[in-house]
Amino acid sequence: MTLKLKNISYSYSNKDKQKNQVISKLNMEIKKGEFISIVGRSGTGKSTILRLMTGLLQPDEGEIRIDDLEISLGDVGYMPQKDLLLPWRTILDNILIASEIQKDLHISKDEARIWLQRVGLSEYEHALPKQLSGGMRQRVAFLRALLTGKDVLLLDEPFGALDALTKKEMQSWLLSIWQDLNKTIVFITHDLEEAIFVSDRILLLHPDQRIEEILIPLPRPRKSEMLFSEEIVTLRQELEKKIANESTQKFSTNL
Amino acid sequence: MQMKALKNFLQTYSLFIGFSIIVLAIVEWLVRSKIVPSFIIPAPTGVVSMIFANWQPLLIEHLSATMLEFFIGFSIAVIGGILIAVIMFFSKTIEKIVYPAVVISQMIPIIALSPIFVLWFGYTIWSKVAVTFLICFFPIVVGTYDGLKSCDKEYIEMLRSMGANRFQIFQKLQIPMALPSFFSGFKMAIVFALVGATIGEWLGASEGLGYYSRRMSGNLNAEGVFAAITVLTIVGILLFALASWIEKRVTNKWSKAN
Repeated sequence: MTLKLKNISYSYSNKDKQKNQVISKLNMEIKKGEFISIVGRSGTGKSTILRLMTGLLQPDEGEIRIDDLEISLGDVGYMPQKDLLLPWRTILDNILIASEIQKDLHISKDEARIWLQRVGLSEYEHALPKQLSGGMRQRVAFLRALLTGKDVLLLDEPFGALDALTKKEMQSWLLSIWQDLNKTIVFITHDLEEAIFVSDRILLLHPDQRIEEILIPLPRPRKSEMLFSEEIVTLRQELEKKIANESTQKFSTNL
Repeated sequence: MQMKALKNFLQTYSLFIGFSIIVLAIVEWLVRSKIVPSFIIPAPTGVVSMIFANWQPLLIEHLSATMLEFFIGFSIAVIGGILIAVIMFFSKTIEKIVYPAVVISQMIPIIALSPIFVLWFGYTIWSKVAVTFLICFFPIVVGTYDGLKSCDKEYIEMLRSMGANRFQIFQKLQIPMALPSFFSGFKMAIVFALVGATIGEWLGASEGLGYYSRRMSGNLNAEGVFAAITVLTIVGILLFALASWIEKRVTNKWSKAN
Protein backbone atom coordinates (compact mmCIF):
# COMPACT_ATOMS: atom_id res chain seq x y z
CA MET A 1 0.00 0.00 0.00
CA THR A 2 1.24 3.45 -0.87
CA LEU A 3 -0.48 6.76 -0.40
CA LYS A 4 0.30 9.13 -3.26
CA LEU A 5 -0.47 12.82 -3.56
CA LYS A 6 0.07 14.03 -7.10
CA ASN A 7 0.21 17.71 -7.98
CA ILE A 8 -2.26 18.74 -5.33
CA SER A 9 -3.38 22.36 -5.24
CA TYR A 10 -6.00 23.77 -2.97
CA SER A 11 -7.28 27.24 -2.24
CA TYR A 12 -9.86 28.58 0.14
CA SER A 13 -12.19 31.25 -1.09
CA ASN A 14 -12.80 33.98 1.46
CA LYS A 15 -15.82 36.23 1.89
CA ASP A 16 -15.00 38.43 -1.09
CA LYS A 17 -14.71 35.32 -3.28
CA GLN A 18 -10.99 35.86 -3.51
CA LYS A 19 -9.05 32.65 -3.77
CA ASN A 20 -6.41 32.14 -1.20
CA GLN A 21 -4.07 29.38 -2.17
CA VAL A 22 -2.72 27.31 0.69
CA ILE A 23 -1.28 24.34 -1.15
CA SER A 24 0.23 24.36 -4.58
CA LYS A 25 1.54 21.46 -6.62
CA LEU A 26 2.16 19.20 -3.67
CA ASN A 27 3.70 15.84 -4.41
CA MET A 28 4.19 13.25 -1.75
CA GLU A 29 4.50 9.53 -1.42
CA ILE A 30 3.98 7.69 1.81
CA LYS A 31 4.84 4.03 2.11
CA LYS A 32 3.07 1.42 4.15
CA GLY A 33 4.04 1.46 7.79
CA GLU A 34 5.67 4.88 7.64
CA PHE A 35 5.26 7.45 10.37
CA ILE A 36 5.23 10.95 8.92
CA SER A 37 4.91 14.24 10.74
CA ILE A 38 3.79 17.48 9.20
CA VAL A 39 5.09 20.61 10.90
CA GLY A 40 4.95 24.27 9.99
CA ARG A 41 3.65 27.60 11.14
CA SER A 42 -0.07 28.25 11.48
CA GLY A 43 -1.73 28.84 8.16
CA THR A 44 0.67 26.77 6.10
CA GLY A 45 -2.04 24.22 5.37
CA LYS A 46 -1.23 21.33 7.69
CA SER A 47 -4.81 20.51 8.57
CA THR A 48 -5.86 21.16 4.98
CA ILE A 49 -3.54 18.42 3.73
CA LEU A 50 -5.06 15.99 6.21
CA ARG A 51 -8.61 16.95 5.30
CA LEU A 52 -7.77 16.50 1.63
CA MET A 53 -6.49 13.00 2.43
CA THR A 54 -9.76 12.11 4.18
CA GLY A 55 -11.82 13.25 1.21
CA LEU A 56 -13.58 15.93 3.27
CA LEU A 57 -12.05 18.50 0.92
CA GLN A 58 -11.65 18.13 -2.82
CA PRO A 59 -8.37 19.40 -4.34
CA ASP A 60 -8.62 22.07 -7.05
CA GLU A 61 -6.25 19.99 -9.12
CA GLY A 62 -4.27 16.81 -8.73
CA GLU A 63 -5.30 13.55 -7.14
CA ILE A 64 -4.79 11.49 -4.04
CA ARG A 65 -4.61 7.74 -4.43
CA ILE A 66 -4.13 4.72 -2.24
CA ASP A 67 -2.71 1.94 -4.40
CA ASP A 68 -3.99 3.56 -7.59
CA LEU A 69 -7.52 3.96 -6.25
CA GLU A 70 -8.66 7.53 -5.87
CA ILE A 71 -9.43 8.33 -2.27
CA SER A 72 -12.99 8.85 -1.05
CA LEU A 73 -14.71 9.39 2.28
CA GLY A 74 -14.33 6.43 4.60
CA ASP A 75 -10.99 5.23 3.19
CA VAL A 76 -8.80 6.37 6.06
CA GLY A 77 -9.00 6.63 9.82
CA TYR A 78 -9.13 10.27 10.88
CA MET A 79 -8.59 11.69 14.33
CA PRO A 80 -9.40 15.41 14.51
CA GLN A 81 -7.83 17.91 16.92
CA LYS A 82 -10.65 17.71 19.42
CA ASP A 83 -11.59 14.27 20.64
CA LEU A 84 -15.23 14.77 19.48
CA LEU A 85 -16.50 11.80 21.46
CA LEU A 86 -20.29 11.67 21.39
CA PRO A 87 -21.22 12.67 24.95
CA TRP A 88 -24.30 10.43 25.17
CA ARG A 89 -22.50 7.26 24.10
CA THR A 90 -20.48 5.06 26.39
CA ILE A 91 -16.79 4.62 25.65
CA LEU A 92 -17.43 1.21 24.10
CA ASP A 93 -20.18 2.57 21.85
CA ASN A 94 -18.03 5.52 20.86
CA ILE A 95 -15.23 3.35 19.53
CA LEU A 96 -17.70 1.09 17.72
CA ILE A 97 -19.35 3.88 15.77
CA ALA A 98 -17.40 3.30 12.57
CA SER A 99 -18.58 -0.30 12.41
CA GLU A 100 -22.18 0.92 12.75
CA ILE A 101 -21.69 3.25 9.83
CA GLN A 102 -19.73 1.03 7.46
CA LYS A 103 -21.64 -2.08 6.52
CA ASP A 104 -18.60 -4.07 5.42
CA LEU A 105 -16.76 -3.40 8.65
CA HIS A 106 -17.42 -5.96 11.36
CA ILE A 107 -15.91 -5.38 14.74
CA SER A 108 -17.45 -7.27 17.60
CA LYS A 109 -17.90 -5.85 21.07
CA ASP A 110 -15.38 -8.39 22.32
CA GLU A 111 -12.72 -7.18 19.93
CA ALA A 112 -13.42 -3.63 21.00
CA ARG A 113 -13.12 -4.67 24.65
CA ILE A 114 -9.73 -6.22 23.97
CA TRP A 115 -8.60 -2.90 22.55
CA LEU A 116 -9.89 -0.99 25.54
CA GLN A 117 -7.89 -3.33 27.71
CA ARG A 118 -4.76 -2.74 25.64
CA VAL A 119 -4.97 0.99 26.14
CA GLY A 120 -5.70 0.55 29.84
CA LEU A 121 -9.32 1.64 29.77
CA SER A 122 -11.15 -1.64 30.26
CA GLU A 123 -12.89 -0.49 33.43
CA TYR A 124 -14.27 2.54 31.58
CA GLU A 125 -16.17 0.52 29.01
CA HIS A 126 -19.57 1.75 30.26
CA ALA A 127 -18.41 5.21 31.33
CA LEU A 128 -19.43 8.35 29.50
CA PRO A 129 -16.74 10.57 27.93
CA LYS A 130 -17.18 13.32 30.52
CA GLN A 131 -16.00 10.93 33.22
CA LEU A 132 -12.59 10.56 31.55
CA SER A 133 -9.49 12.74 31.73
CA GLY A 134 -8.06 14.49 28.67
CA GLY A 135 -5.41 11.85 28.02
CA MET A 136 -7.94 9.02 28.33
CA ARG A 137 -10.30 10.73 25.92
CA GLN A 138 -7.52 11.07 23.37
CA ARG A 139 -6.83 7.36 23.65
CA VAL A 140 -10.50 6.65 23.06
CA ALA A 141 -10.54 8.98 20.06
CA PHE A 142 -7.46 7.21 18.72
CA LEU A 143 -9.12 3.80 19.14
CA ARG A 144 -12.16 5.08 17.30
CA ALA A 145 -9.93 6.04 14.36
CA LEU A 146 -8.03 2.77 14.62
CA LEU A 147 -11.18 0.65 14.65
CA THR A 148 -12.18 2.02 11.28
CA GLY A 149 -9.82 -0.78 10.26
CA LYS A 150 -8.04 1.36 7.66
CA ASP A 151 -4.34 1.13 6.86
CA VAL A 152 -3.82 4.87 6.96
CA LEU A 153 -4.39 6.88 10.13
CA LEU A 154 -4.42 10.65 10.01
CA LEU A 155 -3.88 12.34 13.36
CA ASP A 156 -4.39 16.09 13.61
CA GLU A 157 -2.46 17.39 16.63
CA PRO A 158 -3.78 14.64 18.82
CA PHE A 159 -1.79 15.60 21.90
CA GLY A 160 -1.84 19.37 21.46
CA ALA A 161 -4.10 20.04 24.42
CA LEU A 162 -2.37 17.69 26.89
CA ASP A 163 0.08 18.62 29.62
CA ALA A 164 3.76 17.87 29.04
CA LEU A 165 3.92 14.70 31.14
CA THR A 166 0.78 13.12 29.72
CA LYS A 167 1.98 14.05 26.26
CA LYS A 168 5.23 12.12 26.74
CA GLU A 169 3.32 9.06 27.92
CA MET A 170 0.96 9.27 25.00
CA GLN A 171 3.81 9.50 22.50
CA SER A 172 5.44 6.31 23.76
CA TRP A 173 2.04 4.67 23.90
CA LEU A 174 1.26 5.64 20.30
CA LEU A 175 4.64 4.38 19.08
CA SER A 176 4.19 1.01 20.80
CA ILE A 177 0.82 0.49 19.17
CA TRP A 178 2.04 1.65 15.77
CA GLN A 179 4.99 -0.76 15.87
CA ASP A 180 2.70 -3.72 16.47
CA LEU A 181 0.19 -2.83 13.79
CA ASN A 182 2.13 -1.83 10.71
CA LYS A 183 -0.21 1.11 10.07
CA THR A 184 0.73 4.20 8.15
CA ILE A 185 0.46 7.31 10.28
CA VAL A 186 0.39 10.93 9.18
CA PHE A 187 0.70 13.16 12.19
CA ILE A 188 0.36 16.92 12.57
CA THR A 189 2.11 18.66 15.41
CA HIS A 190 3.37 22.05 16.54
CA ASP A 191 5.93 20.45 18.76
CA LEU A 192 9.28 19.82 17.05
CA GLU A 193 10.54 17.56 19.81
CA GLU A 194 7.45 15.44 19.44
CA ALA A 195 7.85 15.35 15.65
CA ILE A 196 11.46 14.20 15.91
CA PHE A 197 10.67 11.61 18.55
CA VAL A 198 7.87 9.84 16.73
CA SER A 199 8.53 10.16 12.98
CA ASP A 200 10.54 8.55 10.21
CA ARG A 201 10.24 11.68 8.13
CA ILE A 202 9.19 15.25 8.85
CA LEU A 203 7.55 17.41 6.24
CA LEU A 204 8.17 21.06 6.96
CA LEU A 205 5.61 23.34 5.30
CA HIS A 206 6.81 26.84 4.43
CA PRO A 207 4.50 29.84 4.10
CA ASP A 208 5.59 30.19 0.46
CA GLN A 209 4.16 26.70 -0.13
CA ARG A 210 7.55 25.02 -0.42
CA ILE A 211 7.85 21.70 1.34
CA GLU A 212 11.01 20.46 2.88
CA GLU A 213 11.58 16.87 3.86
CA ILE A 214 13.76 15.92 6.80
CA LEU A 215 14.73 12.34 7.57
CA ILE A 216 15.09 11.42 11.20
CA PRO A 217 18.16 9.24 11.66
CA LEU A 218 17.04 7.51 14.84
CA PRO A 219 16.69 3.75 15.26
CA ARG A 220 13.49 2.08 16.44
CA PRO A 221 12.29 1.50 19.09
CA ARG A 222 12.78 5.06 20.21
CA LYS A 223 13.73 6.11 23.69
CA SER A 224 13.44 9.59 25.08
CA GLU A 225 17.20 9.72 25.84
CA MET A 226 17.84 9.66 22.11
CA LEU A 227 16.52 13.18 21.87
CA PHE A 228 19.57 14.47 23.72
CA SER A 229 22.24 13.07 21.39
CA GLU A 230 24.35 15.75 19.73
CA GLU A 231 23.11 14.94 16.26
CA ILE A 232 19.46 15.30 17.23
CA VAL A 233 19.97 18.45 19.25
CA THR A 234 21.65 20.07 16.21
CA LEU A 235 18.86 18.86 13.94
CA ARG A 236 16.27 20.33 16.23
CA GLN A 237 18.08 23.65 16.42
CA GLU A 238 18.29 23.81 12.65
CA LEU A 239 14.60 23.10 12.33
CA GLU A 240 13.74 25.69 14.91
CA LYS A 241 15.88 28.27 13.12
CA LYS A 242 14.19 27.51 9.82
CA ILE A 243 10.74 28.08 11.25
CA ALA A 244 11.78 31.13 13.28
CA ASN A 245 13.51 32.81 10.31
CA GLU A 246 10.38 32.54 8.30
CA SER A 247 8.49 34.60 10.78
CA THR A 248 11.02 37.44 10.72
CA GLN A 249 11.12 37.41 6.94
CA LYS A 250 7.39 37.44 6.77
CA PHE A 251 7.04 40.30 9.21
CA SER A 252 9.74 42.38 7.56
CA THR A 253 8.07 42.09 4.17
CA ASN A 254 4.77 43.03 5.75
CA LEU A 255 6.35 46.17 7.21
CA MET B 1 -35.70 4.49 46.92
CA GLN B 2 -39.06 6.18 47.44
CA MET B 3 -37.88 7.68 50.71
CA LYS B 4 -34.92 9.13 48.88
CA ALA B 5 -37.13 10.60 46.17
CA LEU B 6 -39.34 12.18 48.83
CA LYS B 7 -36.33 13.61 50.59
CA ASN B 8 -35.03 15.06 47.33
CA PHE B 9 -38.41 16.55 46.61
CA LEU B 10 -38.62 18.20 50.01
CA GLN B 11 -35.08 19.52 49.73
CA THR B 12 -35.86 21.16 46.40
CA TYR B 13 -39.30 22.53 47.11
CA SER B 14 -39.55 23.00 50.89
CA LEU B 15 -38.80 26.74 50.66
CA PHE B 16 -41.40 27.23 47.97
CA ILE B 17 -44.00 25.21 49.85
CA GLY B 18 -43.31 27.11 53.05
CA PHE B 19 -43.63 30.43 51.23
CA SER B 20 -46.92 29.38 49.63
CA ILE B 21 -48.37 28.31 52.97
CA ILE B 22 -47.49 31.68 54.49
CA VAL B 23 -49.07 33.60 51.58
CA LEU B 24 -52.23 31.46 51.73
CA ALA B 25 -52.45 31.93 55.50
CA ILE B 26 -52.18 35.71 55.11
CA VAL B 27 -54.90 35.73 52.44
CA GLU B 28 -57.11 33.55 54.62
CA TRP B 29 -56.65 35.93 57.54
CA LEU B 30 -57.31 39.03 55.37
CA VAL B 31 -60.58 37.57 54.13
CA ARG B 32 -61.77 36.23 57.49
CA SER B 33 -61.13 39.50 59.26
CA LYS B 34 -63.09 41.22 56.45
CA ILE B 35 -60.20 43.44 55.39
CA VAL B 36 -60.62 42.16 51.83
CA PRO B 37 -64.10 41.21 50.61
CA SER B 38 -64.38 37.60 49.46
CA PHE B 39 -65.59 38.50 45.95
CA ILE B 40 -62.22 40.21 45.33
CA ILE B 41 -60.02 37.43 46.68
CA PRO B 42 -61.67 34.30 48.02
CA ALA B 43 -60.40 32.57 51.13
CA PRO B 44 -58.22 29.56 50.22
CA THR B 45 -60.37 27.32 52.41
CA GLY B 46 -63.41 28.56 50.53
CA VAL B 47 -61.79 27.60 47.21
CA VAL B 48 -60.93 24.15 48.51
CA SER B 49 -64.42 23.55 49.82
CA MET B 50 -65.78 24.81 46.46
CA ILE B 51 -63.67 22.18 44.67
CA PHE B 52 -64.87 19.45 47.03
CA ALA B 53 -68.49 20.48 46.76
CA ASN B 54 -68.43 20.68 42.97
CA TRP B 55 -65.91 17.99 42.17
CA GLN B 56 -68.26 16.17 39.86
CA PRO B 57 -68.97 18.96 37.32
CA LEU B 58 -65.49 20.43 37.79
CA LEU B 59 -63.38 17.33 37.38
CA ILE B 60 -65.58 15.06 35.31
CA GLU B 61 -67.50 17.33 32.99
CA HIS B 62 -65.32 20.41 32.57
CA LEU B 63 -61.82 19.09 33.16
CA SER B 64 -62.30 16.19 30.79
CA ALA B 65 -63.60 18.55 28.08
CA THR B 66 -60.54 20.79 28.51
CA MET B 67 -58.20 17.81 28.56
CA LEU B 68 -59.63 16.46 25.31
CA GLU B 69 -59.05 19.79 23.55
CA PHE B 70 -55.61 19.97 25.10
CA PHE B 71 -54.72 16.46 24.03
CA ILE B 72 -55.80 16.85 20.40
CA GLY B 73 -54.29 20.32 20.00
CA PHE B 74 -51.01 19.40 21.68
CA SER B 75 -50.64 16.14 19.72
CA ILE B 76 -51.15 17.92 16.41
CA ALA B 77 -48.68 20.61 17.51
CA VAL B 78 -46.01 18.05 18.46
CA ILE B 79 -46.35 15.97 15.30
CA GLY B 80 -46.80 18.97 13.02
CA GLY B 81 -44.10 20.99 14.76
CA ILE B 82 -41.50 18.24 14.47
CA LEU B 83 -42.46 17.67 10.84
CA ILE B 84 -42.16 21.36 9.94
CA ALA B 85 -38.83 21.62 11.77
CA VAL B 86 -37.35 18.55 10.06
CA ILE B 87 -38.49 19.67 6.62
CA MET B 88 -37.06 23.15 7.20
CA PHE B 89 -33.85 21.55 8.38
CA PHE B 90 -33.44 19.51 5.20
CA SER B 91 -34.56 22.16 2.72
CA LYS B 92 -33.10 25.64 2.79
CA THR B 93 -35.77 26.85 0.35
CA ILE B 94 -38.64 25.63 2.49
CA GLU B 95 -36.96 27.11 5.54
CA LYS B 96 -36.84 30.49 3.85
CA ILE B 97 -40.55 30.26 3.02
CA VAL B 98 -41.86 28.72 6.23
CA TYR B 99 -39.74 30.15 9.04
CA PRO B 100 -40.95 33.77 8.66
CA ALA B 101 -44.52 32.49 8.45
CA VAL B 102 -44.05 30.52 11.66
CA VAL B 103 -42.73 33.61 13.43
CA ILE B 104 -45.47 35.85 12.06
CA SER B 105 -48.11 33.38 13.22
CA GLN B 106 -47.02 34.21 16.76
CA MET B 107 -47.60 37.94 16.25
CA ILE B 108 -51.31 37.41 15.70
CA PRO B 109 -53.26 38.25 18.83
CA ILE B 110 -55.17 35.03 19.40
CA ILE B 111 -58.10 36.85 20.93
CA ALA B 112 -58.51 38.85 17.73
CA LEU B 113 -58.37 35.75 15.62
CA SER B 114 -60.82 33.74 17.68
CA PRO B 115 -64.04 35.05 16.12
CA ILE B 116 -62.66 33.82 12.81
CA PHE B 117 -61.93 30.41 14.31
CA VAL B 118 -65.50 30.30 15.55
CA LEU B 119 -66.61 31.28 12.06
CA TRP B 120 -64.56 28.46 10.55
CA PHE B 121 -65.15 25.73 13.06
CA GLY B 122 -68.33 26.86 14.82
CA TYR B 123 -68.66 26.17 18.55
CA THR B 124 -67.26 22.67 18.07
CA ILE B 125 -64.20 21.33 19.80
CA TRP B 126 -62.10 22.29 16.74
CA SER B 127 -62.17 26.02 17.41
CA LYS B 128 -60.57 25.30 20.79
CA VAL B 129 -58.12 22.83 19.27
CA ALA B 130 -57.10 25.51 16.75
CA VAL B 131 -56.30 28.01 19.52
CA THR B 132 -54.40 25.35 21.46
CA PHE B 133 -52.37 24.42 18.40
CA LEU B 134 -51.57 28.00 17.47
CA ILE B 135 -50.39 28.79 20.98
CA CYS B 136 -48.16 25.78 21.53
CA PHE B 137 -46.67 24.71 18.21
CA PHE B 138 -44.15 27.56 18.09
CA PRO B 139 -41.83 26.37 20.88
CA ILE B 140 -41.87 22.88 19.37
CA VAL B 141 -40.87 24.08 15.90
CA VAL B 142 -38.19 26.44 17.16
CA GLY B 143 -36.86 23.97 19.75
CA THR B 144 -36.60 21.13 17.25
CA TYR B 145 -35.19 23.25 14.45
CA ASP B 146 -32.60 25.03 16.57
CA GLY B 147 -31.64 21.72 18.17
CA LEU B 148 -31.07 20.07 14.81
CA LYS B 149 -29.03 23.05 13.64
CA SER B 150 -27.00 23.22 16.83
CA CYS B 151 -24.89 20.24 15.82
CA ASP B 152 -21.22 21.16 15.56
CA LYS B 153 -19.76 20.99 12.07
CA GLU B 154 -16.74 19.18 13.44
CA TYR B 155 -18.86 16.27 14.64
CA ILE B 156 -20.50 16.02 11.22
CA GLU B 157 -17.11 15.99 9.51
CA MET B 158 -15.88 13.31 11.87
CA LEU B 159 -18.76 11.03 10.86
CA ARG B 160 -18.44 11.98 7.20
CA SER B 161 -14.76 11.03 7.27
CA MET B 162 -15.96 7.54 8.21
CA GLY B 163 -18.18 7.51 5.17
CA ALA B 164 -21.50 8.23 6.90
CA ASN B 165 -24.39 9.24 4.67
CA ARG B 166 -26.86 12.02 5.38
CA PHE B 167 -29.39 9.74 7.05
CA GLN B 168 -26.78 8.20 9.35
CA ILE B 169 -25.57 11.64 10.38
CA PHE B 170 -29.16 12.65 11.06
CA GLN B 171 -29.94 9.55 13.08
CA LYS B 172 -26.72 9.07 15.02
CA LEU B 173 -25.73 12.68 15.54
CA GLN B 174 -28.28 15.35 14.82
CA ILE B 175 -31.30 13.78 16.51
CA PRO B 176 -29.55 13.07 19.83
CA MET B 177 -27.95 16.52 19.70
CA ALA B 178 -31.40 18.08 19.15
CA LEU B 179 -33.11 16.31 22.05
CA PRO B 180 -32.30 18.80 24.85
CA SER B 181 -33.48 21.77 22.80
CA PHE B 182 -36.54 19.88 21.54
CA PHE B 183 -37.54 19.02 25.09
CA SER B 184 -37.16 22.61 26.27
CA GLY B 185 -39.73 23.50 23.62
CA PHE B 186 -41.83 20.46 24.46
CA LYS B 187 -42.05 21.35 28.15
CA MET B 188 -42.97 24.94 27.36
CA ALA B 189 -45.55 23.79 24.82
CA ILE B 190 -47.26 21.34 27.16
CA VAL B 191 -47.98 24.15 29.63
CA PHE B 192 -48.95 26.65 26.91
CA ALA B 193 -51.29 24.08 25.39
CA LEU B 194 -53.35 23.85 28.57
CA VAL B 195 -53.58 27.65 28.71
CA GLY B 196 -54.51 27.61 25.02
CA ALA B 197 -57.36 25.19 25.55
CA THR B 198 -58.67 27.36 28.40
CA ILE B 199 -58.46 30.55 26.36
CA GLY B 200 -60.24 28.79 23.52
CA GLU B 201 -63.09 28.01 25.91
CA TRP B 202 -63.26 31.58 27.14
CA LEU B 203 -63.87 32.68 23.60
CA GLY B 204 -66.85 30.45 23.08
CA ALA B 205 -67.73 27.07 24.51
CA SER B 206 -70.39 25.18 26.39
CA GLU B 207 -68.10 23.16 28.61
CA GLY B 208 -64.54 23.09 29.92
CA LEU B 209 -62.73 24.81 32.77
CA GLY B 210 -62.32 28.02 30.77
CA TYR B 211 -66.03 28.17 30.16
CA TYR B 212 -66.71 27.32 33.83
CA SER B 213 -64.45 30.06 35.16
CA ARG B 214 -65.99 32.59 32.77
CA ARG B 215 -69.47 31.68 33.92
CA MET B 216 -68.43 31.94 37.58
CA SER B 217 -66.77 35.28 36.94
CA GLY B 218 -70.01 36.50 35.37
CA ASN B 219 -71.77 35.54 38.60
CA LEU B 220 -69.10 37.35 40.64
CA ASN B 221 -68.30 33.97 42.17
CA ALA B 222 -64.59 34.43 42.85
CA GLU B 223 -64.40 31.09 44.65
CA GLY B 224 -65.61 29.33 41.51
CA VAL B 225 -63.08 31.14 39.32
CA PHE B 226 -60.26 30.29 41.67
CA ALA B 227 -61.45 26.69 41.98
CA ALA B 228 -61.09 26.30 38.22
CA ILE B 229 -57.70 28.04 38.27
CA THR B 230 -56.52 25.77 41.08
CA VAL B 231 -57.54 22.64 39.18
CA LEU B 232 -55.82 23.96 36.04
CA THR B 233 -52.66 24.75 37.99
CA ILE B 234 -52.48 21.28 39.48
CA VAL B 235 -53.05 19.68 36.07
CA GLY B 236 -50.40 21.98 34.57
CA ILE B 237 -47.84 20.94 37.17
CA LEU B 238 -48.65 17.27 36.59
CA LEU B 239 -48.32 17.71 32.82
CA PHE B 240 -44.97 19.42 33.24
CA ALA B 241 -43.79 16.57 35.45
CA LEU B 242 -45.01 14.09 32.85
CA ALA B 243 -43.07 15.96 30.14
CA SER B 244 -39.91 15.87 32.25
CA TRP B 245 -40.38 12.17 32.80
CA ILE B 246 -40.83 11.57 29.05
CA GLU B 247 -37.70 13.62 28.42
CA LYS B 248 -35.67 11.38 30.71
CA ARG B 249 -37.06 8.21 29.17
CA VAL B 250 -36.52 9.26 25.58
CA THR B 251 -33.05 10.70 26.18
CA ASN B 252 -31.95 7.50 27.91
CA LYS B 253 -33.49 5.23 25.36
CA TRP B 254 -32.11 7.10 22.38
CA SER B 255 -28.61 7.18 23.78
CA LYS B 256 -28.75 3.43 24.33
CA ALA B 257 -30.24 2.56 20.94
CA ASN B 258 -28.04 4.87 18.92
